[in-house]
Amino acid sequence: MSGLLKNALTWADDRFPLSKVWNEHLAEYYAPKNFNWMYYFGSLAILVLVNQILTGIFLTINYKPDAQLAFDSVEYIMRDVDWGWLIRYMHSTGASLFFVVVYLHMFRGLIYGSFKKPRELVWIFGMIIYLALMAEAFMGYLLPWGQMSYWGAQVIVSLFGAIPYVGEDLALWLRGDYVISDSTLNRFFAFHVIAIPLVLVVLVFMHIVALHAVGSNNPEGIEIKKHKDKKGIPLDGIPFHPYYSVKDLVGVAVFLFIFALIIFYMPEMGGYFLEHANFVPANPLKTPEHIAPVWYFTPFYAILRAVPDKFLGVVAMGGAIFVMFLLPWLDRGVNKSIRYRGPVFKAAIVTFVISFVALGYFGMQPVTALGTFCSRLFSVLYFAFFLLMPFYSNIGQDKHVPERVSDK
Amino acid sequence: MKKIIIALLVLFSGVTIASSSQHLESARVDLNDKESLQRGAKYFVNYCLSCHAAKHLRYSRMAEDLAIPLDMVEENMLFTDAKILEGMTISMNAADGEKWFGVNPPDLSLIARSRGSDWLYTYLKSFYLDESRPFGVNNTVFPDVGMPHVLGELQGIQKPVYKDIDHGDGHIKTVIDDLEVAQPGSMTESEYDEAVNDLVNFITYLGEPAQLQRTQIGWKVLAFIFLLIVIFYFLKKEFWKDIH
Repeated sequence: MSGLLKNALTWADDRFPLSKVWNEHLAEYYAPKNFNWMYYFGSLAILVLVNQILTGIFLTINYKPDAQLAFDSVEYIMRDVDWGWLIRYMHSTGASLFFVVVYLHMFRGLIYGSFKKPRELVWIFGMIIYLALMAEAFMGYLLPWGQMSYWGAQVIVSLFGAIPYVGEDLALWLRGDYVISDSTLNRFFAFHVIAIPLVLVVLVFMHIVALHAVGSNNPEGIEIKKHKDKKGIPLDGIPFHPYYSVKDLVGVAVFLFIFALIIFYMPEMGGYFLEHANFVPANPLKTPEHIAPVWYFTPFYAILRAVPDKFLGVVAMGGAIFVMFLLPWLDRGVNKSIRYRGPVFKAAIVTFVISFVALGYFGMQPVTALGTFCSRLFSVLYFAFFLLMPFYSNIGQDKHVPERVSDK
Repeated sequence: MKKIIIALLVLFSGVTIASSSQHLESARVDLNDKESLQRGAKYFVNYCLSCHAAKHLRYSRMAEDLAIPLDMVEENMLFTDAKILEGMTISMNAADGEKWFGVNPPDLSLIARSRGSDWLYTYLKSFYLDESRPFGVNNTVFPDVGMPHVLGELQGIQKPVYKDIDHGDGHIKTVIDDLEVAQPGSMTESEYDEAVNDLVNFITYLGEPAQLQRTQIGWKVLAFIFLLIVIFYFLKKEFWKDIH
């Protein structure tokens, strides 16, 4: 039997680099041995992507992208399709957890300097993935055709209208109509189920190829490729497979536990994952009292609302995302990991996290004077974190970064 | 979210309600209580289902989930010309509904998910006499509501108790402090609370029948995944023994 398998492998290898790819990316891809729990989120993001694609296929089988039928077809899935409710909750919960995982993954990169030379392109590809993910989530949220789907899309698309000269035409072009309508639903469906997922998959591929070309960073921020043995294998590296494939299984299982807990016992997550108002069918004639995007967009929504002028608000919101692309060039620190950075940088990271979470909170709330004041304050801090980085990032760094990874 | 909806309803209504009555009472939702669900279903088809539809719930599904025999549903609960496999629709059309009530009575299939059980429970207990309204009643959690007090024969008629609030600037506002029964119905207060609770329990079930299924399966899935965590943890430990 094993002889037969071996022959089959040789046959395949003569025609396709099967063993080569396996070795380069798994069995002989050497990753630093000191990954901590923050390093689970990359593989978890892939897991969630696969979950979204698979559950998405099953949802598409019964979903109807038609303004007259969409809302009812979702309820049909929830009630009449065998296990439809499970598939739908896996998809809706997966969407929110995708952002949880991606935000933690990005935060990991931020604090350990994983975006710094030579990993700038890994970061850039990752940022484009994040952009694509936001587009994917935004368009997907229209599909249930509830009140919040409809009015959320109405608000966001109308933002394009604030762009001078071309804005109104651009918004019209995006919607395919003067308001969000059946034609918008159809095109968003097309983008959500095929166009953006294809882009996402290609980008994820490029993200991983770029990562495997330069090698993974680690919590110490030490380049393990500096110290290699005679065979050219990093002394502090271990093969991804089986070490990290087995370790990631633990992360996967813990993630699945939380995932299942939400799916089975709190699928609405108190209105954060599935908003209450979205259980009312879309009504173009009745604006809901309070329109708020889903939680993962609210930090940027808060920045948008913090600026008094609509167009400048759009610019600030776009800038808040765009500025993250520049991170590899804004950070002038020599050391990568936060463990060897100065106190100013550490304080800046704390300020940034507080600002991001606070903006997320205020983005969910109805507009109040206090909320607007806080949103403005935290928006300024958010931008200050990035734009002042060239000036504070190299202050007081630890001179004694170890050469080798010592701890496990 | 609930608080926001109510705050906004209060904001946009002419009536100012004292903070004590803005507070929602908690419904005791227990989907394992089949008898409560059955009683709730009875109230629902008798009192709600002539003006409100619940098109996403099939009679047969309800019969199965609530353990009511099919023939019993057909005889005692199916008042329209719908078939037992069909959803709970009504014969009143939207245009008539709008003409008669000001707004077309909404489909109740998902009302528990958009409004919340506590809101429904409090709402159904908060009708009071108000001669200025078309049906002679108003509601403290849904000011200027279009719906008549359908459960009035059970609860009786409540009238508001007012109180004056002095804002300190000499400006005195009269607000509704509480509701008291002016004319008793066929039920006592506690009987009515029970009945409304049963009804809300049923409407909560109606919002998502799969709740029954998912809460029963959930812990098994979690137990299985927990086992996986343990196995993978030791597997990882075993593989990593030689890494220092």
